[in-house]
Amino acid sequence: MKKRGLFFRKTTNLAVTAASILTVGFALLFMGWILYTVFDNGFRSFSWAFFTEPTKPYGIPDGGVANAVLGTIFITLGAVVIGVPPGLLGGIYLAEFAKGNKLGNVIRFSANVMMGIPSIIVGLFVYALMVYTTKTFSGLAGSVALSIIMFPVVLRTTEDMLLMVPDALRESALALGAPRWKTTVNIVCRAAKTGLTTGVLLAVARVSGETAPLLFTALCSDSWPFGYFTQPTSNLTITITEYATNSPFPEMHTRAWGAALIITAAILILNISCRFLFKDSRHGK
Amino acid sequence: MENNSNLIINHTAAAEKTKISVRNLNFYYGMHQALFDNNIDILEKQVTAIIGPSGCGKSTLLRTFNRIYQLYREQRAEGEIFLDGENILDNSVDILELRRKVGMIFQKPTPFPMSVFDNVAYPLKLHFSLSKSEIIDHVEKALRGASLWDEVKDKLKKSGMALSGGQQQRLCIARAIAGEPEVLLMDEPTSAIDPVGTLKVEDLIEELKQEFTIVIVTHNMQQAARISDYTAFYFQGKIIEFDITEKIFTSPANKQTEDYITGRFG
Ligand SMILES: Nc1ncnc2c1ncn2[C@@H]1O[C@H](COP(=O)(O)OP(=O)(O)OP(=O)(O)O)[C@@H](O)[C@H]1O
Ligand SMILES: [Mg+2]
Repeated sequence: MKKRGLFFRKTTNLAVTAASILTVGFALLFMGWILYTVFDNGFRSFSWAFFTEPTKPYGIPDGGVANAVLGTIFITLGAVVIGVPPGLLGGIYLAEFAKGNKLGNVIRFSANVMMGIPSIIVGLFVYALMVYTTKTFSGLAGSVALSIIMFPVVLRTTEDMLLMVPDALRESALALGAPRWKTTVNIVCRAAKTGLTTGVLLAVARVSGETAPLLFTALCSDSWPFGYFTQPTSNLTITITEYATNSPFPEMHTRAWGAALIITAAILILNISCRFLFKDSRHGK
Repeated sequence: MENNSNLIINHTAAAEKTKISVRNLNFYYGMHQALFDNNIDILEKQVTAIIGPSGCGKSTLLRTFNRIYQLYREQRAEGEIFLDGENILDNSVDILELRRKVGMIFQKPTPFPMSVFDNVAYPLKLHFSLSKSEIIDHVEKALRGASLWDEVKDKLKKSGMALSGGQQQRLCIARAIAGEPEVLLMDEPTSAIDPVGTLKVEDLIEELKQEFTIVIVTHNMQQAARISDYTAFYFQGKIIEFDITEKIFTSPANKQTEDYITGRFG
């Protein structure tokens, strides 16, 4: 066999390294650009009123987004309450009790399909299910839509995180005479605790920027989101859409940037805290 | 089944009691048979070493004694294993109680993700209803029993995973003896820890044998010779020879045993 020369290896190495650096640079460039634009434009709208006052009806130039922030928090928390427990339980079932069985495979496959469903379809589905039947948009319907998006994400990350727990740990708990469910709850889930938390936080980050599913469910509103269960509920993403696309007023555009900055910062913080959480757990406390 | 009968030692002289007797044990991983017609008697408060080349079924045998293999659907055992006369392979056996009586130490230390104290208290809380102070007493007793007390008495609240490998293994031993078992199964307990840690565990086994029946799998011939009273040589899922350790290591009856302990194969 003919040997490849040193020169060839060195140039290939250099070319591949250069290509990787370029690609990373490209990705970073756009991320930086987006962040810069959002921060630059967003900060201009920040004021006391912006964070304390609710949105004002169309055309009135002043007002804040406080009701939308609170509404997004309500809707997202509602989605967590509805979507996370079944996701966790399903993931536990898949990882701990369904190894290689048919039901497990069906669930896993369905979850994968669910993850691929466009979020607007989920919104339509919940519209048909809840809004159409009860004749009212509501924050709750928005939460249901988001929880449907969260569920498969939480389910699959839970399964993955639990599968990372070595069998030896399960065996040592069982070998002490612990029943299966105690082993799962006390030992396996505890060992995967940070992973599970990270999974939930990432799922939250994933849905908190969703707009389409809220369009048919929570809709939007200028009042405080206390009609969460029965009335249209204000939220950041639809406020952004409304202000940015349906308005000729520059003040509203600025406020849309401000709302965009709030969401971006929140998601950024969520993602970064996930990183730190996970890092900590790897080094063992 | 040839020469199976002579594998069951006849110790009329030593008035030792049989703790575990295995009869016609066959073990399957799905279609793959790993143990063939095993018969062996484990004597009470003795250390029995299981030796043999990799893949011969040592771990498999150990894992039938507490039925831990049941975690995996495709694994199954056939035959009988008597613990104090009761067939533990019988479905009517209380498996949680069986596992309290038969503790297990794994190759890699497996501290739970909780404090040193909680690790040792775990089996206590599982099987007994004790007051707080009783738990504290029992945890100390178990840690002393595992020769770990002096090293961890100031860091009981620290995570068990923050200990050294050797300490973790002794923590697992403390945890295993906390529930006051009768038998301790050890699957290569020192192969993942350093020489100093190994010595400590070996010394510990020497002490534990006063109270417990110990079955230990090891790849280390010197270790088997040093710490065990009886040794079984396994090969391809069969017990080739089982006798007093000294006899196995000085004048083995079987050619394969001799080849293995002198390092000619395995
Ligand atoms: N989970 C499993 N699934 C299928 N076959 C297995 C499994 N575990 C072990 N075996 C097979 O069973 C036989 C005995 O394995 P066992 O683990 O008992 O060997 P061992 O003597 O403990 O080996 P080692 O010294 O390497 O630990 C081997 O042929 C092995 O390939
Ligand atoms: Mg083994």
